[in-house]
Amino acid sequence: MAESLFSVNQLAKRFGDNEVVRGLSFSIEPGECLGVIGPNGAGKTTTIRMCLGLTAPDSGTIHAMGLQMPHDALAIKQQLGVVSQMDTLDPDFSCAENLLVYGRYFGLKDKDIKERIPSLLEFASLTSKAGARPGELSGGMKRRLSLARALVNNPRLLLLDEPTTGLDPQARHLMWERLQLLLQQGKSILLTTHFMDEAERLCSRLLVLDHGKKIAEGKPRDLIAEHLEPDVVEVFGQGALALVDSPARAHAARVEVSGETVFFYTHSAHQLLEALSAYPQLRTLHRPANLEDLFLKLTGRQIREDA
Amino acid sequence: MTMWQFPRVTLRFWPVFLRNLLVWRKLAIPSLVGNIAEPLISLVAFGYGMGAMVGQVTVQTPDGPTAVPYILFLASGSICMSAMNAASFEALYSAFSRMHVQKTWDGIMNAPVGLDDIVFAEMIWAAFKALFTITAIMGVMLGLGITHSPKLLLAWPILFGVGITFSCMALVFNALANGYEFFTYYFTLFLTPVMFMSGVFFPLEQLPPLMRVVSDWLPLSNAVALVRPLFMDQWPQDALRHVLVLAVYACASFWVALALTRKRFSK
Repeated sequence: MAESLFSVNQLAKRFGDNEVVRGLSFSIEPGECLGVIGPNGAGKTTTIRMCLGLTAPDSGTIHAMGLQMPHDALAIKQQLGVVSQMDTLDPDFSCAENLLVYGRYFGLKDKDIKERIPSLLEFASLTSKAGARPGELSGGMKRRLSLARALVNNPRLLLLDEPTTGLDPQARHLMWERLQLLLQQGKSILLTTHFMDEAERLCSRLLVLDHGKKIAEGKPRDLIAEHLEPDVVEVFGQGALALVDSPARAHAARVEVSGETVFFYTHSAHQLLEALSAYPQLRTLHRPANLEDLFLKLTGRQIREDA
Repeated sequence: MTMWQFPRVTLRFWPVFLRNLLVWRKLAIPSLVGNIAEPLISLVAFGYGMGAMVGQVTVQTPDGPTAVPYILFLASGSICMSAMNAASFEALYSAFSRMHVQKTWDGIMNAPVGLDDIVFAEMIWAAFKALFTITAIMGVMLGLGITHSPKLLLAWPILFGVGITFSCMALVFNALANGYEFFTYYFTLFLTPVMFMSGVFFPLEQLPPLMRVVSDWLPLSNAVALVRPLFMDQWPQDALRHVLVLAVYACASFWVALALTRKRFSK
């Protein structure tokens, strides 16, 4: 078996009494997009920080491209592209200057960076904004500039920490399009996200984290098939909660109640919907089970303290 | 990596220095005006105004007590103070903006540049800002004919060293800060008393004996002791001791600043 591009083995980190990451192992193969999903406080950002050598793990190893973190941190980062959760663009520089200055941190020559800038700006759909400062850009443009900046050293692997949080649907779709393009070009991506549709669309493999531990791993569709019934019927309206004890319940493998809504997870949606037609005052939504259902099943519906 | 590990500074600091230089070039004129106008206005007002009342001040030199015009006495002290203030402002307010507010450092650390190099770049940058400031002020002093000493050429690198010392010290407080308000303590409770106890405005002989002992070990008084004779076209006494005091302050506080910054970023 060929060596992984990036592999993490038995990683652990605690801050005081709080075990933030517990025995986490995963690897990233060349050309794949690995998604890391988990509620707030699950350890995603700490894991990324350890992968970048910014936080020292208490135990465990991180290997990347034949090198070891944190010993070879700078040599590894030479081949990485990073988009962090918060934009760290330089507000005093234009888009083009942001790329130039960032390229210098990789030891690139000004001439080489300047040659790359037009194609990076074009990739980010920012050609017309080359002279604009980040303050003049929309949220989506800033994120795309951050992505272009992460590509300035032509990295093999991208680490993206919630790259589309806070973007409107148009900006998010454009970002997805760009990331898919990068995957087609053979780049590898490690992506953390709160958007399940993003994870499903981009990631060839998913890692579900909770309380610092890996609780599931696999292809998005396989995980859904493994953990969930194929169909979900959501019912809400006056008297919906009473359905939990009604004959309709027999057609569902599992039932969950959240607020005023009842979720039926079922293998026989047809019969369930027929039984529900006896309650015309209720509103029903029938849909296939998705990653969000999986996520909520594995990590629970309760809001986390630090959310 | 422990927080007290020996500083690991490499040439990777240079692009970070260039980054700050590029920002400064965009804002150079307002920034220079701010850095130079204030000290020059005070110098002229106090120097000529007070100078008319004070007349000459007696300074100890190798040739015995020498009387110098008050404006020269003040100019040679206040240029050290300007180096101190320029470096401190840059390594506190500006460095804190980059470190904490704009998260510039976080962005840089995602590239192959270590924290030690970033802190070193900020330190050298703040010292360079001090150098820009004192160069301009020195030019005006020459223009006003306050001094014509050829030894100013030596005062110039010494003042750069003063900038280094104070930027190292300021970076300690930068590492500890939670907000800009914190720096008020440093300026009011530390730099202001230091300024009055270092012989900038009046000879140290005026201080009570106990304060003189403290003053002997303050970085600014050692800086003034080096620079003032050069303004008077004399050689400083005990130069090695003064240089060593500044160097010890610089090295020790750089290491402490680095350790505290590493701790801050390890979270």
